[in-house]
Amino acid sequence: MSDHTVEHQIQYRDADNWARPVSRLTVSDVPSGAVNLNMCGHQVVGPLQGFGQIWLRTYRIRLGGVKVTPAEVVKDWKENLAKFQPPNNHFYPSLTGVKPGEVVFIDTRLPILPGLPGILPLAAGVMVLYADDEMFTVMTPEGHPLAGWITFSAHEEDGCTVAQVQGLCRPSDPIYEFGYRFMGGELAEDNTWFYVLESLAARWGAKGLVQFEKSLLDPNVQWSQWKNIWSNSAIRTTLYVLAAPLRWVRHLFKQRLASG
Amino acid sequence: MSKANVTVTVRKANDSISIVDIRGEISAFAENALMDAYTQATSAGASVIILNLSGLEYMNSSGIGLLVTLLIRANRQKQRLLTYGLSEHYQKIFELTRLNEAIGIYKTEAEALAEVRG
Repeated sequence: MSDHTVEHQIQYRDADNWARPVSRLTVSDVPSGAVNLNMCGHQVVGPLQGFGQIWLRTYRIRLGGVKVTPAEVVKDWKENLAKFQPPNNHFYPSLTGVKPGEVVFIDTRLPILPGLPGILPLAAGVMVLYADDEMFTVMTPEGHPLAGWITFSAHEEDGCTVAQVQGLCRPSDPIYEFGYRFMGGELAEDNTWFYVLESLAARWGAKGLVQFEKSLLDPNVQWSQWKNIWSNSAIRTTLYVLAAPLRWVRHLFKQRLASG
Repeated sequence: MSKANVTVTVRKANDSISIVDIRGEISAFAENALMDAYTQATSAGASVIILNLSGLEYMNSSGIGLLVTLLIRANRQKQRLLTYGLSEHYQKIFELTRLNEAIGIYKTEAEALAEVRG
């Protein structure tokens, strides 16, 4: 039996859990309320394609006193992904849900000073890279503040289910790296995932403190990736917002022309 | 989620090249085995580490994250990381995650060694 024949007969257990390779993201159905500005036509990026320092950040919460399995937690998490987000973060999963290859649109605001609420508009999103019963991972596109992967999972530990968010990411371009280090980006990220895990725990009636660990895997920046600035979604979203009056005038003009 | 179901062994091709044979599953549970193997290869003086993934049976996204972490550690030590033996399925995963842009992928051990030796 040739190696080629054997290859086709092997059904890998993870075969259906991964998205298909894509050169550029395409979106067929945009959920109501989502802004499809910085997703279509963008490549997905991993931590190796970003600019800034690479961080491994792990947030976890024990769902103490609650009888729930990891699979039940993750199933509910996928179905209610948007509900666990803080008020200024709007997630719009595709109509198909959190499944490999699907996209999740994100509408949020970035901070300009540490500790202050975000005011810089950002329309972005992520692609679901991997999903199984106990975890799902999203991968960011070009232009997103972070280049990399964020994994949402649950597992059993000493008889208790633990929910976890883990990010393996680096800021995408020099502007995001500056914002991450000096304008509150890092703090905003931590606050988001603390909020998400506390919301998830509250949903199950569990109380617990979020434990947090971070590890700087690579303190060096990749200067070769400075060109990622051209895809910066925060800049593009800001320009889009500023151009809103022009689009309104153009729409009005078209209406007048159409009505004769 | 099952516990670690992976076997990782290290052998030397020569003084500067170590081959890490991985059989089984790469998930979060494989972290200790993988990192220990990397440490062993590095302690032996390897400037090139070749991952034999012909025995890879399962990998989830945590597993691909481990490979990226391994690559980052290797890069910081000015080491080169290559792989061989990836099935078509896992080559697609490498392409999807863009790991193929950073790690050399070869069909056989001989090809990987030939690339290193020039």
